[in-house]
Amino acid sequence: MPDGAAPVLDVRGLKTVFRTRGGEIHAVNSVSFHLKRGEVLGVVGESGSGKSVTMMSLIGLLPTPPAEVRAGTVMLDERDLLKISPEELRQVRGARIGFVFQDPMTSLNPVFTVGMQIMEPLREHMGMDKKQAETRAVELLELVGIPDARKRLKSYPHQFSGGMRQRVMIAIALACNPDVLIADEPTTALDVTIQAQILELVKELRKKLGMAIIWITHDLGVIANIADRVMVMYGGQVAEHGPVKELFADPRHPYTRALLKTIPSISGQREARLQVIEGQPPILNAAPTACPFRARCTHSHARCAAENPLRRAVDGTALGQGHDVACHWSPEAADA
Amino acid sequence: MRDLVKEPLVQVEDLKMHFPIYSGVLRRHTGDVKAVDGVSFSIQPGETLGLVGESGCGKSTVGRALLRLYEPTAGRVIIEGEDIATLDAETLRKKRPSMQMVFQDPQASLNPRMTLSAIISEPMVEHSTMSADERQARVFELMDAVGLNRRFANRYPHEFSGGQRQRIGIARALALNPKFIVCDEPIAALDVSIQAQVVNLLEDLQDKLGLTYLFISHDLSMVRHIADRVAVMYLGRIAELSPRDALYAQPLHPYAEALLSAVNEPDPNRARRERIILTGDVPSPANPPKGCTFCTRCPKVMDICRQDRPELAEVQPGRFVACHLYTKAAGSTGASEVYEPTQQGAN
Repeated sequence: MPDGAAPVLDVRGLKTVFRTRGGEIHAVNSVSFHLKRGEVLGVVGESGSGKSVTMMSLIGLLPTPPAEVRAGTVMLDERDLLKISPEELRQVRGARIGFVFQDPMTSLNPVFTVGMQIMEPLREHMGMDKKQAETRAVELLELVGIPDARKRLKSYPHQFSGGMRQRVMIAIALACNPDVLIADEPTTALDVTIQAQILELVKELRKKLGMAIIWITHDLGVIANIADRVMVMYGGQVAEHGPVKELFADPRHPYTRALLKTIPSISGQREARLQVIEGQPPILNAAPTACPFRARCTHSHARCAAENPLRRAVDGTALGQGHDVACHWSPEAADA
Repeated sequence: MRDLVKEPLVQVEDLKMHFPIYSGVLRRHTGDVKAVDGVSFSIQPGETLGLVGESGCGKSTVGRALLRLYEPTAGRVIIEGEDIATLDAETLRKKRPSMQMVFQDPQASLNPRMTLSAIISEPMVEHSTMSADERQARVFELMDAVGLNRRFANRYPHEFSGGQRQRIGIARALALNPKFIVCDEPIAALDVSIQAQVVNLLEDLQDKLGLTYLFISHDLSMVRHIADRVAVMYLGRIAELSPRDALYAQPLHPYAEALLSAVNEPDPNRARRERIILTGDVPSPANPPKGCTFCTRCPKVMDICRQDRPELAEVQPGRFVACHLYTKAAGSTGASEVYEPTQQGAN
């Protein structure tokens, strides 16, 4: 699917800091990734790993203050989103980059009809008149599989079920044919059977519309199902990154390896006891000078405390193109 | 196997929990949300029964009605020979120490103004005659058991992480040496790497103290790990109740089959297999469909399903299914697998 074409989105060295009364929180530290047309990048991590903050930083959705994007570039085509004016950025959001949030109830406005909320970006960004916007809104609702679309335009969000609301959110995000869709835990609040419906829908839409998707989740099962590439985040940094099959078949970071083992399986041999990752995630109150995972890592040694590991390619490709890991340890060294 | 074991610790018979709907200016009673509508099962001492289903299927309501945190509409809940559903207030209070609950949201279920030590010792103040020193000793003992550092005894809930708060909730539930604990989604609010810690703790405590669990969860892979038998609920009723291995190897009820097939496996090669994608949403429990409650979404629906409500019946040894595919009346479809039931209901 993804070929050698230029990436539609290229993020380098992104750093985001929150200033709080208790000092600075370094939520995102030197995160770099790119996204090609038509591919799905899965971003996994625990709460507080920086996955959502990274994506919110890209499109200026973080309240400033307390947040401050301190360094980095975010290239969408030829433009750096961190440098353009708020007005230009507003044009990018909605039109070029669509966003789907975790909780469909709180991200839809309860006092406006669903129709008005879908038509808003169409009239705002595409300059459509009311009639055109309505026709397009019906198309969009049909696209995301809402039956009786024309009638449902007049419904309010509370008249939809959770799964249906998430479909509406996707319809709004897709309204202006964005190049990039950022989906932040879009199925986490949904039941498994509804989650399966939404995953199938997104896969189908990607095939039909060819947009690139960033899918944020903590659920490795969802990632395995939908992503082409995976980026594992821990403590505000990229711990490991690679094509989905390689990453699941041959995880290189101790965190990824441990994470895969803590999940009980639904088929095959039933484990007698679950593996655990002891300890708690780090508090990011200082710029990192050491590996954020070292306190919970079974392979940590002196170097991990002295030096924050840089990402290094493990399969001979250029950094960021294939499989890479930010760790001083390697499975081979342990075997030798 | 079931015949070898002794008396069940918990026996639920035809439990119903209806919440009335009042509407109009006069607030007339216009209907009921049938959150739980005729559920029967039993739990053996030392066993873990998993209760799974989607949100709104009534699984948490079953857990709460079982401990009479709700007043059940009908049915019997027999725990250690006494019918909880009809006990008077004083007898029920005396019974409380033997049955406890671990709640889903460790944030909301701990009083933010009480210290950890006060939270864990509160049940002892209520239900025992222990002196303050004895209580303090017991608090330390419980903190050790759930893996909390004794130094934290005078801290407040907000100073702890989600996983630690859930440990506090577990310690409180254990304070009075209960026999039976209802775990209502105890890991749903926790991060993946912390979930395993809490589940291992629950298993260790079960081994050590001989506890019996009702483990309510929507996480099917975690239930496979922890439960001995699993009940799958749909719209207030049990669709299938089977031993764990049998259920996961071959679910019999079409809903159980679809539910298991919807689980995303953390393996790219297996996750992209053909899956059963159910269409539509769960109907409202205030107005469930006639006949089988699953008939609106069932891929194997037959005419009879829209007429008659199938009862839970034993279709293979130890496996109870409420589905017309396995009843004789429906005839051919599932006939090859029909097993002559020895008794009705899941006892």
